[in-house]
Amino acid sequence: MLELYILLIFMIAGAIIAVEIGDLLSAIVAVGAVGLALSVAFLILKAPDLAITQLVVEILCLIILIRATITRDTLEPNGRQAIVVAVAALAFMALFIFFAFAPLNEMPPFGAPAMRVSGTYLANGLRQTGAANIVSSIILDYRGYDTLGEATILFTAVIGVLAVMRRVGKKRQDTQEGEEP
Amino acid sequence: MKGTDRPEQGMTLIVKTITRLTVGLIMLFGIYIVLHGHLSPGGGFAGGVIIALSFIHLVLAFGRDRALKIFSQSMASLFESLGALLFILIAVAGYVGGYFFLNVFAHKGHPFRLFSAGIIPLCNIAICLKVGAGLFAVFVVMVAFRLGARE
Amino acid sequence: MAIYLLCLILFLVGVYCILVKRNLIKIIIGLGIMEYAINLFFILVGYKMKGRAPILAEDQVIKNMVDPLPQALVLTSIVIGLAVTALIASMAIRLYEKYGTADISQIRRLKG
Repeated sequence: MLELYILLIFMIAGAIIAVEIGDLLSAIVAVGAVGLALSVAFLILKAPDLAITQLVVEILCLIILIRATITRDTLEPNGRQAIVVAVAALAFMALFIFFAFAPLNEMPPFGAPAMRVSGTYLANGLRQTGAANIVSSIILDYRGYDTLGEATILFTAVIGVLAVMRRVGKKRQDTQEGEEP
Repeated sequence: MKGTDRPEQGMTLIVKTITRLTVGLIMLFGIYIVLHGHLSPGGGFAGGVIIALSFIHLVLAFGRDRALKIFSQSMASLFESLGALLFILIAVAGYVGGYFFLNVFAHKGHPFRLFSAGIIPLCNIAICLKVGAGLFAVFVVMVAFRLGARE
Repeated sequence: MAIYLLCLILFLVGVYCILVKRNLIKIIIGLGIMEYAINLFFILVGYKMKGRAPILAEDQVIKNMVDPLPQALVLTSIVIGLAVTALIASMAIRLYEKYGTADISQIRRLKG
């Protein structure tokens, strides 16, 4: 699993670059690199459905983020308050890692999952649904209700974007600020 | 660059020629991934996003006005509602057998063929319509929004 | 166990970005990094050593497959992440238009 470790270290380095760099378009390019490395990681972990979906969703996410970037530079003031906030955030991160050791020891080791429900899905999937792709038969037949919930979330998000970006017509002819109801 | 001051004109001639040659292949690839969702990796979500990306490719290369004649925004909202309604109809049709979301076709066909697995290909097509049209509408609205009072 | 810790460090880089940075677009980037880390963690939990992808073939009998249930959940989660990113990016465009700045410490006046 050496390639998985190398990919994860590459992703962490790309994420740190995306967080710290001043130019916004470079930060978006760095996040794109992290997403593409994640797609390769899904392929190494034997999940081809997810690799295809993550690749195309990453491309669309980059297009939307570039559209939302109107100013190119960020101005970060360096004062005493900024250092206090950064140190507090780092202290929180250290505390989180310290408390994460105990639950991680309780989990089954990496590479030996306890597949109780999935055992029945893998054994009966082809016979009961007729689909060769077990992941498709799970999301559309065994757990179709979750897919209905996800379709609802997508629908609501599309309606939300159309409502936020709407130009309300001018009811008064004199002012331009009469747009927000 | 000439494309930035009048975004209705699109990009240069090389980009437009390559787009004419390849955008049909991208959409065909998306349809293939949707229809073979029960036999090989992919499914409705990935295929829907690929089809939306092919239309976005048209908008980026030819400018907004010429591309919206091919697939306008009202047609996009029609397809999205159609996809959502089709999905709910397939789910409610399971009441014939007594459950919500029942796989109603009793004889499920021979496995590993294209026409098999009951309602799963139909659900994939409904989700593809919904996701593709919805994401294309989101992109068109975000691009058409001009900064109003502040330039 | 070391690989789970690396995944949690990626998640914490995203949390640091949301807590400390003040530009709107940087906050959206931090949210995106957190989503990548969580999806990767689910698939790491469900991996089986020397397993194969959960797709059956016509003339082979495959015995050792990875866990398909986390893959179904993460497929849903990736598309939901895209929808949320589109929504908050459109809100960011609208905020910049109304207040003239993308700095969240100066966007304080809530009207209406």
